[in-house]
Amino acid sequence: MANRHSDRAYVVRIIFLVVTVLFVGRLAVLQLFNPKYRDLAEMQSLRNVTQYPARGFIYDRHGELLVHNEAVYDLMVIPNMLKGLDTLYFCQTVGISRDDFEERIAKARKYSPYTASVFMKQISKEEYARFENKMFKFKGFYISQRTLRIYDRPIAAQVLGYVGEVDQADLDRDPYYKRGDYIGKSGLEKSYEAVIRGVKGKKVMHVDAYSREIGPYQGGIFDTLPIEGANLYTTLDADLQQYAEELMANKRGCVVAIEPSTGEVLAMVSAPTYDPNLLVGRIRGKNYTELNKDLAKPMLNRALMGQYPPGSIFKVAQSVVALDLGVISPGTGFACDKSLVGCHGHPAAASVREAIKMSCNPYFYHVYRRVVQQGKYRSPQKDSQYGLTVWREYMLRMGFGQKLPIDLPIAGMSKGNIPDTAFYNKWYGRERWSFSTIYSNSIGQGEVTVVPIQMANLAATVANRGYYITPHMVRFYGPDSTRNEEYYTRHETGIDRRYFDIAADGMYDVVHVAGGTGRRARVDGLDVCGKTGTAENYGNDHSVFIAFAPKNNPKIALAVYVENAQGGGGTWAAPIAGLIIEKYINGEVARKDVERQYRECNPCQKLPLTRRVKKAKRR
Amino acid sequence: MYQERIKIDWWTVALYAAIMLFGWMNIYSACYDEAHAAIFDFSRFHGKQLVWMGASILTAAFILLTEPRVFSNTAYPIYGGVTVLLVLTLFLAITVNGGNSWIELGGFRLQPSEFAKFATALAVAKYLSAIDTDLKDLRTKVVALAIIAVPAALVFLQHDTGTALVFLSFVFPLYREGVSGVVMVIGAVAIALFVLALLVNKYILLGALLLLALFYLFVWLNKRSSRDYWRAAGVLAVCAAFIFSVDFVFNHVLESHQRERIEVLLGQSDDLQGSGYNVHQSKIAIGSGGIIGKGFLRGTVTKANFVPEKHTDFIFCTVGEEWGWVGCVVLLALYTVLLQRLIVMAERQRSPFSRIYGYCVASILFMHLFVNVGMVIGLVPVIGIPLPFFSYGGSSLVAFTILLFIFIRQDASKNQLL
Repeated sequence: MANRHSDRAYVVRIIFLVVTVLFVGRLAVLQLFNPKYRDLAEMQSLRNVTQYPARGFIYDRHGELLVHNEAVYDLMVIPNMLKGLDTLYFCQTVGISRDDFEERIAKARKYSPYTASVFMKQISKEEYARFENKMFKFKGFYISQRTLRIYDRPIAAQVLGYVGEVDQADLDRDPYYKRGDYIGKSGLEKSYEAVIRGVKGKKVMHVDAYSREIGPYQGGIFDTLPIEGANLYTTLDADLQQYAEELMANKRGCVVAIEPSTGEVLAMVSAPTYDPNLLVGRIRGKNYTELNKDLAKPMLNRALMGQYPPGSIFKVAQSVVALDLGVISPGTGFACDKSLVGCHGHPAAASVREAIKMSCNPYFYHVYRRVVQQGKYRSPQKDSQYGLTVWREYMLRMGFGQKLPIDLPIAGMSKGNIPDTAFYNKWYGRERWSFSTIYSNSIGQGEVTVVPIQMANLAATVANRGYYITPHMVRFYGPDSTRNEEYYTRHETGIDRRYFDIAADGMYDVVHVAGGTGRRARVDGLDVCGKTGTAENYGNDHSVFIAFAPKNNPKIALAVYVENAQGGGGTWAAPIAGLIIEKYINGEVARKDVERQYRECNPCQKLPLTRRVKKAKRR
Repeated sequence: MYQERIKIDWWTVALYAAIMLFGWMNIYSACYDEAHAAIFDFSRFHGKQLVWMGASILTAAFILLTEPRVFSNTAYPIYGGVTVLLVLTLFLAITVNGGNSWIELGGFRLQPSEFAKFATALAVAKYLSAIDTDLKDLRTKVVALAIIAVPAALVFLQHDTGTALVFLSFVFPLYREGVSGVVMVIGAVAIALFVLALLVNKYILLGALLLLALFYLFVWLNKRSSRDYWRAAGVLAVCAAFIFSVDFVFNHVLESHQRERIEVLLGQSDDLQGSGYNVHQSKIAIGSGGIIGKGFLRGTVTKANFVPEKHTDFIFCTVGEEWGWVGCVVLLALYTVLLQRLIVMAERQRSPFSRIYGYCVASILFMHLFVNVGMVIGLVPVIGIPLPFFSYGGSSLVAFTILLFIFIRQDASKNQLL
């Protein structure tokens, strides 16, 4: 057979060659001129895995652990990887019913058959231990670990605050947070969030088509380690806090106890309170709703957010201001003229000290009149404007009328109100008011309102005889024991120390001398100084007491509020304050019968409140 | 008788070895797993492939030591044996990946369709090289077509469409031996019309063809006879019938997965999670390789199972991802040089049997290369056939080795008169 068609070899060779050239061109389009494939490859085969740092622990002032973390386990499932699962065995091991299993798998499959979703949330260590060593049999399931806050003692709930998932506002505000992250929502968890959370780390993982992690990408050169959260060493005394909470059980109100020399808050109670463990883990959502619905508002920190008329305890502040202005002298006496303002039966006060002891309303009517109307101007209106402004400056220097910059979340904190001239001008009209319009302020009623922490701060100021250090909750934090300088600064009131001595004497008499209004605060062997207050308001009066002890070189200053109590400051708040002082200074309360009486009593008016007819009497 | 001189074409052997070794490296990388990095781990694909490579080299050596005339003499028995095996496969097959082309012989899996290719090549060469055949005769044409069509049909019945399509490659040796080139042109036109009919409105397409016919008649031709008009009208009528039958074929003859694969290729479907997934992922893998690739063992897309059949039909992805455009061009160059060389070698044969067989070898290899790489880079619908000497797989590697080395053996004794 002759080789007739040998020229056709070229046709065949050219066809072969053309195809190769076509391929090379197509590959150039894909590989050289199309950057999108590189991005797509990276997007689908790499995953940034966040490494969560452990949240910092919280300790009390003696180093007792208040808040720590416990590992819990989320059982994750990738539906498409379930192969050869012995469903019955699995259900028995994990402890769920067959129907439940089907339902959960269907839900996970609906979310995505390829990617992992949570099959069972927050399994405790004990539960997990039951099936940990059987996990290898359950292909498609794996365990993801996370941590929960644990509170060994159920105390100081409002101070410690709680942790919850970030919301949209958090995400918008700070790009550090990603959906599903946890953030401090209130209390110290919120105010120290930036240090207590630590810093997240990152692992770049290589994942396969089923979203399983295969290994670190490029040996982990893009990885960063998480930095553990800073521990908080608080000023709280756990025993005292617990004791105060026990005393405030069955009541509404609050207690703030401060170490006067340092401004460290020893105890901060807001009653009713709740067990902080309620706002952790699977049960959180339900409990949060319950607590939120409660009319008594257990999640509110009354010590910072409550605004009350100060009542008679304000007379202590009025005294030192008037003395410092020189409008009265320590020996100034006024008759108890009940036509000016109501009072209870007592002998006339012949000195400031006596007036404080007996809490004489007409006396402080006169005192405040002399402060407000100093006679600088002929017109009483103008004179009152001047006097009010002077008076207000004193009050602001004592920490009233402003948010004390405590290291708890500032948002939601109350300022209290020390009215200024603009306030009354707006209220009554320019020069349409004078002392006679605003005299209620003299005895801590009227337009003046205070926040409990400000009253505790007043007690500390008197204890220090003229200065205070901003109350704070944390002594230092983190591995370097970082301290906040603000909390080592003395805030001077500018009032002479001698006048505070007089106020302290008066407060001593309140507790220790016959005719004093707060004698139930007495503790044998201790010289307790205190002042009762009965704050009128919607519903029954609040029973209020501020105190410090010992009189010289005081260790503790505090304010006690019992809301809507049927009785004055001396009846409920004073004995509770006495017990707290005894507990703190003596370490143990000897008066067990008194302790039991006030622990069990339930003086607060039932909620919701109905308006009652105001009594004219004040103590 | 004179002393027989054997002259093996070592260049071809070297190209074969180079492709096979590069292939093994890519199988190793595609299924790389640090826990099983040992080269001689025979539980892994790369370890098994080493065994198949050893078997292939032994087979090649055995073929080179065989008398060349043995193959031409046993062409029909081999063809007959393989055909019987194909028939048996229809009844004994086990199902692998939706196809029924595998049989099990004493724990050994075998894909007879892989061997049908060289058996058919031998039979075609044997038949067309016979003294009494002439492709001008209708009878010769029919018999030659039958030799090709019988195994192709049997393979098709095994649902191995890819391998069945490979039998189309015999169009090249037939063309070389005298069948009119018009056959190839008609085939090309049919494919073009098929694609156009799916893409473009059929009446517009028909209008365009009419314009083309008018152009041919009144501009191209200087003198027109009535025969020219009839011929043009006839071609046009056939084309019209073809265009309007495309829909029917597409919707009723093709299976749904084939339909989807064609739609994906034509960009009419972008179901990236379903039928479009494979090609989308292989394009990502190759595209992400860039100019020089991510480096050996550094591929992320292929290794992470995004690409299916990454060690067999989609092995080219690993080349694209880890070796980049440069690596792809080098591999394609190796194949191209091999194919060109095979044609050159075929043309230098004295015996028609060797020449025809050489063309068959080159054409089969070309068809595999064209369909496999074309599929991976999205130029051909997804048709699962291996890349010769490169993809993982014992049957295909051994079968391609037999295919190639029979020709190398023929070429080594080309000066000997058979």
